[in-house]
Amino acid sequence: MKKTNFEMTVGIFLIIGLLSFSYLAIKMGGVGFFEADSYRVKARFNSISGLKEGASIEIAGVKVGKVVKIDFDTDEYEAVVQLKINNGIKLQEDSIASIRTSGIIGDKYIKLTPGGAEEYLESGDEIEETESAISLEELVSKYIFEKEE
Amino acid sequence: MGIIKKYTTHLGAEFLHFILNVGRMGIYLFTCLFNVIKPPYKITPVVRQLYFIGARSMVVIVVTGLFTGMVVALLGYHNLQKFGSVDLLGSAVGLGLIQELGPVLAALMVIGRAGSSICAELGIMRHSEQIDALECMGIDPYRFLLVPKYVATIISLPILTCIFIVVGVFGGYLVAVVLHGISEGSYFMGMYDSVKWFDIRLGLTKSLLFGLIIVWISTYKGYFLHLNRSGSFGAEGVSRVTTDAVVLSSIAILVGDYLVGTIML
Repeated sequence: MKKTNFEMTVGIFLIIGLLSFSYLAIKMGGVGFFEADSYRVKARFNSISGLKEGASIEIAGVKVGKVVKIDFDTDEYEAVVQLKINNGIKLQEDSIASIRTSGIIGDKYIKLTPGGAEEYLESGDEIEETESAISLEELVSKYIFEKEE
Repeated sequence: MGIIKKYTTHLGAEFLHFILNVGRMGIYLFTCLFNVIKPPYKITPVVRQLYFIGARSMVVIVVTGLFTGMVVALLGYHNLQKFGSVDLLGSAVGLGLIQELGPVLAALMVIGRAGSSICAELGIMRHSEQIDALECMGIDPYRFLLVPKYVATIISLPILTCIFIVVGVFGGYLVAVVLHGISEGSYFMGMYDSVKWFDIRLGLTKSLLFGLIIVWISTYKGYFLHLNRSGSFGAEGVSRVTTDAVVLSSIAILVGDYLVGTIML
């Protein structure tokens, strides 16, 4: 009886520990062991300033994927962003990808606006219509510059 | 002239003794780690230590974790309210517990509960010549006494830290959501959004390192009771090395905490 008791306690300890760890890893760390199936599309932006890998992609405010990779196109001087979209979310060919900020000082994310085309994007395709990040400083400086003229 | 000579000699002797001690601690650590990775592996003694160091510490960890989470949420609420950004409370509690409070406080509790008793146990074994008896019987005291303690502490501390953090998060939930009526969504979603896998890795790296520091210093102080230069051997000696072990490992953990932070951030 004594021995079972002691082994039980160690068992309980390890199980609680493992449960706590998986709660931390899955819920908070976002380590998904069973990640939803997804496909990738590309989008080109003139400026993505502030967008980070792992940023979320939203349609109508609902998270439907995340940014997996950000590359720089040395010929066009543009940013090429790889988007990972959950399977089951179909994007029309003329969808618009725009970089937005959540709140005033929040993180950057990509907002997708569905289009009206009949054709859907497939894995590896590129979103043609994009809107770059809006830079507050640029807006302000433009305003000041126009005033001076 | 005589006085100057006396103090210079004393200072030099202290310094040499310090270097000797550092060297001895380093050699001791490497011997232990070498023995930990060297087969054959014995599971039963490790489970026995896991029971003592890990499982028996659970109650203390749960209670301290609960109240830490509650007090962080309480103070956070009080202070964030002034800026009208109570929505940030969830991420403040989550990040605070995961990066800093969880690993450090869990380690301090384990020092108080297990580190001191490991040190006293080994000190008394050394004093009553049980370790010498083991050596006479051809049993390697490193493998027999120290390896299970090393393995068990290094396994238990990250687990205890995880328990501490999760209990703390729900303690914070009690204060923030149940008591102060913040919406449940803004507490949990704010936390899930702001905590990244990196933060959890930082906390766990800290707790692994703290586990090593605790078991290293506590066993060293007890195991080498007879080499302690200042003062008597025996009951008083055991009490002194135990105090030393607790104080030294607590300081080492707070210093190590800062160092891990600067390296990883």
